[in-house]
Amino acid sequence: MTPEASRWLTAMGNDMTDTPQTLYDKLWDAHLVAPEGKDSPAILYIDLHLVHEVTSPQAFTVLKERGLDVRRPDLTKATLDHSVPTLPANKDGSLPYATEDAATQVAALQDHCADYGIELFGLGDHRRGIVHVIGPELGLTQPGKTIVCGDSHTSTHGAFGALAFGIGTTEVGHVLATQCLFQRKAKTMRVRFTGALQPGVSAKDMALAMIAHVGADGGQGHAMEFAGPAVEALDMEGRMTLCNMSIEAGARVGLVAPDETTFAFLEGRERAPKTKDWADAVSQWKQLHSDDDAHFDQEIEIDASTITPMITYGVSPDAAAAINGQHPALANDNAREAADYMQLQAGQDFDAVRVDRVFIGSCTNARLTDLRAAANILRGRKVADHVAMLVAPGSEAIKAEAEAEGLHSIFIAAGAEWREPGCSMCIAMNGDKGQPGELVVSTSNRNFKGRQGKDVRTMLASPATAAACAVNGYLADPRQFAGQFADSDQTEESSAA
Amino acid sequence: MTPFTKLTSKSVILEQADIDTDQIIPARFLTTTESAGLGDKAFYDWRRGENGALRDNHVLNHVNTATHQILVAGPNFGCGSSREHAPWALLDFGFRVVISSDIADIFTSNALKNGLLPVQVPADIHAQLLDKPGLSITVDLENEQLSADGISCHFTIERFARRCLLDGVDPLGALLAQREAISRFEIAQIRAES
Repeated sequence: MTPEASRWLTAMGNDMTDTPQTLYDKLWDAHLVAPEGKDSPAILYIDLHLVHEVTSPQAFTVLKERGLDVRRPDLTKATLDHSVPTLPANKDGSLPYATEDAATQVAALQDHCADYGIELFGLGDHRRGIVHVIGPELGLTQPGKTIVCGDSHTSTHGAFGALAFGIGTTEVGHVLATQCLFQRKAKTMRVRFTGALQPGVSAKDMALAMIAHVGADGGQGHAMEFAGPAVEALDMEGRMTLCNMSIEAGARVGLVAPDETTFAFLEGRERAPKTKDWADAVSQWKQLHSDDDAHFDQEIEIDASTITPMITYGVSPDAAAAINGQHPALANDNAREAADYMQLQAGQDFDAVRVDRVFIGSCTNARLTDLRAAANILRGRKVADHVAMLVAPGSEAIKAEAEAEGLHSIFIAAGAEWREPGCSMCIAMNGDKGQPGELVVSTSNRNFKGRQGKDVRTMLASPATAAACAVNGYLADPRQFAGQFADSDQTEESSAA
Repeated sequence: MTPFTKLTSKSVILEQADIDTDQIIPARFLTTTESAGLGDKAFYDWRRGENGALRDNHVLNHVNTATHQILVAGPNFGCGSSREHAPWALLDFGFRVVISSDIADIFTSNALKNGLLPVQVPADIHAQLLDKPGLSITVDLENEQLSADGISCHFTIERFARRCLLDGVDPLGALLAQREAISRFEIAQIRAES
């Protein structure tokens, strides 16, 4: 039995009231070192702490200043993703860092990991990649675990039924030193996606539709559980995309109950339980779901069959609409200011918006299925002459798998750049960015002003939509590429494989 | 951490909704390994134009933070990235309090750990405050009371964070004091495993 599962059972055993619980309640109870009281937050035990170069150096400084050790280096895993270049190494083997500071930051994490005995999936390691991509890929991310990282998109790991959330650098220090955090319990919200997605519509479109529905602060203070047939039908990559974007609705946590799809994804992965432990783990994981009559503070229902490919048009992820439509009316000053920045007008047809650059990548959409979806559109086609396109796979493993399938050849033949793994243009701090004024269609998660470079205008979309926009040179509904979505996504995947 | 008890200071208004942490401090400045000295980077792309010159028409370029230490901002302030560089930059710029109708969760958590007080007020009070730049506002943390020129309201800060702020202590000490409880939890975990 995994420790997480048995803790959950113990917690359940202590709860003799038979009150139906949400999945969040169960995960919470199983990790309480101390319960919360009026004057004191709960102390929550953390099973997996993921660390990257950007939000950790100041935490290690505090440890050094106070003479503290890392309590559980074995539960702490590090990688390099944000500041590292996605361009190949220079002739002398050095990496083309954007700044000297970036190189210093990378060296700092390498040193800290060596000093404290933390495993680093670093440069040259075939397991390196975006932190929220490699956790699941290595099987480190498992149902029932508590997982934190100094990164808001830690919500991604909730796709496995793990309690996962982003923390600040002070809290990174707390977890390094104590493996615990002070936490107040969140409220709960269930988002049920009924019906089935139409061909050509993906988890990214579900996420954007959800955020448009609840608003950029609609999930604030809440643990958001995604449920319903359209969620159950998603593969793990899709569920990760959905949970990844829950923070863009302001939610503290995104969750999907684990099921056979989850177990099939994890089985055989490097750090997943093996042999008898695996069978025990699965039988325990199967109990990690919200009880039938569990109470949620908020319930929302979205009919997945009505969702069409989405695009964001503003400077907040909740400004999202169907790409085959028009820019909505400008309701207030914020909307007017956003439209000014985006150089878009109310009522304007989206398909008349000219695209300068396309980015496929990020912890939201740089997994193998994402790359396949984009490649399916690009196969035998060219990126429009005026469009620059960059593809950054989510990890070294995904890069290798994509190359084994020949996806990179499709991208390169179409005129796109095929890069090394990393966060790249999502956060644009490694030198990968748009030029001022450029319109970028991006599979990443944030369309904030300047996020992808000063004065860059970002429009968020799914990988298929981004690829369609690259080919058209203007915003485009991916369904116009006849034949790509004639059958289910499953067929689409197997035809690409 | 500098204790926070009570502050009377004037307000600066940024009325935009959804001011995300990329606005507060752009990601390209996150390659630092320090937490000090980020005030110059606060709202960098709002305050500076081409070639990095300060924009004369931006309110933040005319703030005297000796007298104006309270930022009143539009709803959903601090959304987006978990970067603690955002409160570090705001504090180093000279703000001690952020007031909004709605402040993002991770930003709130980060702000409280650094002595920047995030104050959430009801929408009607928020609207009144947004209308009055330069208003002298008193924020009393002990009594969780905000008052200014006939405006008065109660606000709530999570009780443990409030105690830490009032005393100027870092919560890490309190966590470290729980070592025995943490060890007991871990031993139970190891037993369950075997």
